[in-house]
Amino acid sequence: MSENKDKKLVNCDASKCTGCRICEYACSMKKEKTYNPTKSRIRAIRLNPFVNLAVSCRLCEDAPCVVACPRDALEQDEETGVIKVDEEKCNGCGWCIEACDYGALELHPETKQVFVCDLCDGEPECVKWCPEGALEFTSKDDVSEKTRITAIKKLFQNALKTE
Amino acid sequence: MSFAKQALFVDLATGKAEAKPLDEKMLKDYIGGVGLGAKLWLDNSKQGVDAFAAENPIIFVTGALTGTISPLGGNGYALVSKSPLTETVCAAKTHGFFGAELKQAGYDAVVLTGKSEKLVYLWIDDDSVELVDASRLSGKSPQETAEAIKDEQEDCYIRVSAVGKAAEKLVRFACIINDDQQVAGRGGMGAVLGSKNVKAVAVRGTKDVSVPKYKVFTEFVENVFERMKEPQARNYRHLGSSDELIALNRLGALPTRNFSQASFDKIKNITGESLKFYVQKVVGSSTCGLRFDCLATVPDGKYAGATANLKFEGLWAVGPLCGVDRLDAIIEAINLCNQYGLDVISVGGAVAFAMDLYENKILTDEETEGLNLNFGNHEGWLGQVLGGGTKRAAEKIGKDANKYANHVKGLELQGYDLRSLETAALGVAVSSCGVRSGVYARLFDINGKVDSLKGQGKCVAETEDLYNVIDSLILCKYSSRVIDGFKDMAEYFRLATGFEVTKQDLIKSGERVKNLVRVINVREGKGTRSDDALPWKITNVTVSDEGPSKGAVLTQKELDSGLDDYYRVRGWSNQGVPTVAKLKEMGLSELSKFVEKQK
Repeated sequence: MSENKDKKLVNCDASKCTGCRICEYACSMKKEKTYNPTKSRIRAIRLNPFVNLAVSCRLCEDAPCVVACPRDALEQDEETGVIKVDEEKCNGCGWCIEACDYGALELHPETKQVFVCDLCDGEPECVKWCPEGALEFTSKDDVSEKTRITAIKKLFQNALKTE
Repeated sequence: MSFAKQALFVDLATGKAEAKPLDEKMLKDYIGGVGLGAKLWLDNSKQGVDAFAAENPIIFVTGALTGTISPLGGNGYALVSKSPLTETVCAAKTHGFFGAELKQAGYDAVVLTGKSEKLVYLWIDDDSVELVDASRLSGKSPQETAEAIKDEQEDCYIRVSAVGKAAEKLVRFACIINDDQQVAGRGGMGAVLGSKNVKAVAVRGTKDVSVPKYKVFTEFVENVFERMKEPQARNYRHLGSSDELIALNRLGALPTRNFSQASFDKIKNITGESLKFYVQKVVGSSTCGLRFDCLATVPDGKYAGATANLKFEGLWAVGPLCGVDRLDAIIEAINLCNQYGLDVISVGGAVAFAMDLYENKILTDEETEGLNLNFGNHEGWLGQVLGGGTKRAAEKIGKDANKYANHVKGLELQGYDLRSLETAALGVAVSSCGVRSGVYARLFDINGKVDSLKGQGKCVAETEDLYNVIDSLILCKYSSRVIDGFKDMAEYFRLATGFEVTKQDLIKSGERVKNLVRVINVREGKGTRSDDALPWKITNVTVSDEGPSKGAVLTQKELDSGLDDYYRVRGWSNQGVPTVAKLKEMGLSELSKFVEKQK
């Protein structure tokens, strides 16, 4: 198995997401034992009723958030790609938040330290709850493979029909 | 505990805002939502207050489940006030994201009293509350208002509940819209907000909403989500609630051309495949496991670009009720209602009423200034006379206009023909403001199945109690396909709040809310037998369409026997007034003073 297939992330299919925010509620309950979207590691955005997407950590290579931390509070797990925050070192300066292109890191409303998706040790709670099947725990290779198949199916839809 | 246990009181005249605690007994007895809202309205209003007076409070109220992950109930809120249409206490319930945000800001309810001197919006940012000048938002649509407020406060997570131009002009059926397409439509709650010079309520909440035993609660919710995957619940995901049109049409219970017919000959043009052509996406509210918001756009032609959230009742009101079979025109009509902030059901009802008058030569070309108002014409709109609602328009027009005015207590009827559904008719007649959301669903008895209304009182009362609980928990009206009655609701309520509540307690709370609301209406001079009336057409004109409901009519005599039975079941006088003994049984003895002088 290639390394790219090894690393799995929570990926949201925009065509399926309805922006209902169940993922946020499920995450905050799992991690914080309360319902509070501002304490969720995944955030759903509805720009308008037609445009919805949930965003969490993308497990970037050479993650810019890690590079941006002057206190070395962030570390990326080599095997899983998960960003780990050292609570001893993080002082909530927020440079990692600025460095992230996806808005996947946030400052915790109470501890005032950075928090980010840890994939629930390989069983993401949000994926379990998503009623639309929009969230998937998948690898980037699988995402591109699926996208290719969808694109090709669309391209050859007439040929597929006649068969 | 999932309640915030406090309400925010705002005096719009002075801008003074104060959070006051709500005691647990009140939350337990009235459940939240519509029940709690009615109680707060009574406690903060004076007898005989005019709907447009500064002293008429308007209450935004959430439920026990609001702000949690609960499917069908985690997102609801209701508006309670005296309705400018019915002059009774009225509740409009809606969903979206606003309710959850309000709870997360730390409030179960917001009570607005007084009147602001200039146009303002109420900005609730957790504990910080202020009135912000909204003069530049005057005339804007609810959607534009929401965008402008988010820009001004620089926060895209703000949720806004706003009124449109119609409310500013005091159109009596103006609605309130939150989260783009979620409408608190019925009873003119928007007009009340407009009369107070309030353009919107904007809220941002970042607090926890917790439940006492989270593991058991989570298990219960998981179970509900599982049930939603079953076919009877999933049907809605394709074309929202529009399939009801087809079902009612088949039964001969779909009011058409202002109740002239009970089925629509052109139903195919506005349902199924025809509808599918326009639907772009079906989405849902916050934590809603089902999806009902059927978003449609018109791609080309005269109404190109119109977008609307198509629900059964809106489709019906500006479609079959007006004899219109063009979906592009229907989508544009709903789109305009949303932009101006009008209740589409009342708009459809009022326009159909005017069309009926025109066809029967009571309204002439001269009076409509040349506007062709024949049924099916989709190009005409009429403002001045109809803005007061069907009831007031009929009074203004005079002649025989009242015979064509299909309203109960002043509120335009919903999309169910009451001649074909007699038990539902009784339910609507005794309702507090001419409508019970969902009451129809449980009271289906197509003509012929039930001979007369005698003996139907119990069925109506039980259904009312059930829906009072549904509306107080603010569950979606389609929840009955997933949530199994009082048993499930008691469990849900108990797990969310930690209150030791049994199924019996909850049934009693449902009855308590009914008695409370009835006494309020008695106090306001609108809660006795003569107010429990049905439109002339329902009691005098038989259904002529071929089909299962042919020949159906509900005579006044039948209605009277139904009312007798219903009042007896309720333990009320034969004039429909709750007795002192009944109020005592309900723990409402402090309300006895309002009924003692009555018959």
